[in-house]
Amino acid sequence: MIIKVRTGGDRDRDGLTAAEIELRLLEFGFVEGARVEVLHEGPIGGDPIAVRVDGIRIALRRAEAMNVVLAPEAA
Amino acid sequence: MTSSRIDTVALVGNPNCGKTALFNALTGGRQKVANYAGVTVERKEGIATLPSGRRLRILDLPGTYSLRARSPDEAITRDAVLGRLADEPAPDVIVCVADATNLGLVLRLALELKTTGLPMVFVLNMIDIAERQGIDIDFEALSRELGAPVTATVATRKRGLETLLELAASQAEGMRASPPSGWREPSATEVRAAHRQARELMRAAVQPPSRPDTLTGRLDSVLLHPVGGVAILLGLLFLMFQAVFTWAAPAQDLIEAGFGALGVGAAAVLPDGWMTGLVVDGLIAGVGSVLVFLPQILILFLFILLLEDSGYMARAAFLMDRIMGGAGLHGRAFIPLLSSFACAVPGIMSTRVIDSRKDRLTTILTAPLMTCSARIPVYTLIISALIPNRTVGGVLSLQGLVMFSLYAAGILSALLVAFLIRKVFWRGGSELFMMQLPDYKRPEPGNVLRNLAQKAWAFISRAGRIILPLMVLVWALSSWPAPPVGAQGPAIAYSAAGRLGHWLEPIFAPIGFSWEMVVALIPGMAAREVAVAALGAIYAVGGEEGALAGILSRQWTLACGLAFLAWYVFAPQCIATLAVVRRETGGWLWPAVMFGYMLGLAYAAAFLVFQASRALGLA
Repeated sequence: MIIKVRTGGDRDRDGLTAAEIELRLLEFGFVEGARVEVLHEGPIGGDPIAVRVDGIRIALRRAEAMNVVLAPEAA
Repeated sequence: MTSSRIDTVALVGNPNCGKTALFNALTGGRQKVANYAGVTVERKEGIATLPSGRRLRILDLPGTYSLRARSPDEAITRDAVLGRLADEPAPDVIVCVADATNLGLVLRLALELKTTGLPMVFVLNMIDIAERQGIDIDFEALSRELGAPVTATVATRKRGLETLLELAASQAEGMRASPPSGWREPSATEVRAAHRQARELMRAAVQPPSRPDTLTGRLDSVLLHPVGGVAILLGLLFLMFQAVFTWAAPAQDLIEAGFGALGVGAAAVLPDGWMTGLVVDGLIAGVGSVLVFLPQILILFLFILLLEDSGYMARAAFLMDRIMGGAGLHGRAFIPLLSSFACAVPGIMSTRVIDSRKDRLTTILTAPLMTCSARIPVYTLIISALIPNRTVGGVLSLQGLVMFSLYAAGILSALLVAFLIRKVFWRGGSELFMMQLPDYKRPEPGNVLRNLAQKAWAFISRAGRIILPLMVLVWALSSWPAPPVGAQGPAIAYSAAGRLGHWLEPIFAPIGFSWEMVVALIPGMAAREVAVAALGAIYAVGGEEGALAGILSRQWTLACGLAFLAWYVFAPQCIATLAVVRRETGGWLWPAVMFGYMLGLAYAAAFLVFQASRALGLA
């Protein structure tokens, strides 16, 4: 389960502000309380990854995924 | 309401929600596809008629997750909804289209659309699939919470369309006065709040599937497999190229023969003189040189549309992202670059799906390095003329090997250029790659054919508008002034193009080009393969007999031919491409950059190849 979606770190990347990364993650459904399951990993270095977020499949790179903080679900 | 005015209904929704299928079902054949002013985002509108006879104008807007636009496509959706477009007043009603099996993200979009103050209808498309999966949706609860009527459709079976139109029409009656002004960019806090609201909505109104779709998961475990998935992707690409180059050949031969016959017929009817030259060599040959690529483009687009409609394209982007990312390209650049193997013009047009401007520019700048089909006639001519037809190591044909290495040179240089652009022009990390992997579904033949026809027509009309005037210009340059009476040698030598060729010869001498080769490059600016015809004209009128390949093998040295091939891998020999780049980037800066860097690369490559092969004694 997602416990926190962070801004994209302290560094603005390449015209993409840290806040923009957070907003895009939010728009794709990465929001606190959502359930996340990693489905697939890319062919090279396991990047990008495909995850299921509350029933929706999303592909994203690990760099962005690092802004999503997860906690294991209480059994 | 005033009866003379037709109310406008805008379809808004996430990508892959079946919005375009719904649009097609609502409007049938009565559609108009054009471009929005100033940008090449496709603008699709059509007319739907209610049983009462009342008509509604339906506007199909590009799919989006938010009104906070990220790509040129999404900016159009935002501006159309907010009435910010110069040639398009704000719609009277928004129809928010949802994939009934995937409501999570669209509910938040619907809440955002509500803030515009426009009347809205929420439509659950693909309700049949949702029912099959046992998803139970409480329409009343959803409607209450959204503050908008909710209805369901199955666009592909034309179910529920009348109800939707009635609802949209009655919504248009309501709040006519309120202007759309409520929307502003939501903050992260507001997006979170909207998500919370959307989730509560889901909990209140939607029962999760009792028989969830397992097909997508099972297919993905094969198609996204790190090894198997890549192998399947490569297999598909191989099949696609086979199809593009072998299936298209008979149709292409037919088109060429047809235009040839048309030219002969026209020449017989028309009086001698410059009029005939203009019609036969300028207009007919010009149109023919564009249309001859249509079969390849149709096959390529058919593959791309099938892969897109089935949901596979997103998987291809997923598999390719890291490989392309290593060169600084976006996973989504895969599709435009693939299209560029047929022709860079549709390839560059399809870069609109890339949301970041920098990634899009990198893709546009590298797309013409992919070996487009216009290079093939040039390659095959030079190879058959100058490369000996023998085998290497007993199995590989030397000619085939040269062809393959020309393709490889194109791909490798594109990756290298993309890498350098990333490192030199826009330093820093790569852009975001985030996309939904839609559920797999069977492509709908009607929709595929309709899209194919629209894409084909877009190619013909755009390329025709650009190439045709240029062909006439190039023809004029190559025909005037006419040679003096009793002149020796080919007529083209005396024309403006011929003089230019002679004048430019010293510049091209270090890369081994004779003046004939330089002259052929000038009409070759209109379209690469025209250089073949130009060479034919120069040598044929030059008094040589026999097939062009035979002539070239006597006239050209191997070093010359190799330099010419190297030149053609890179040279910006296509005005249509430059014109499309200007339209897509909105100025002459990027076409100029593209022209400059490709010309530089072409000259450098031809110089290296020519000097190296001379040093090796291949002269």
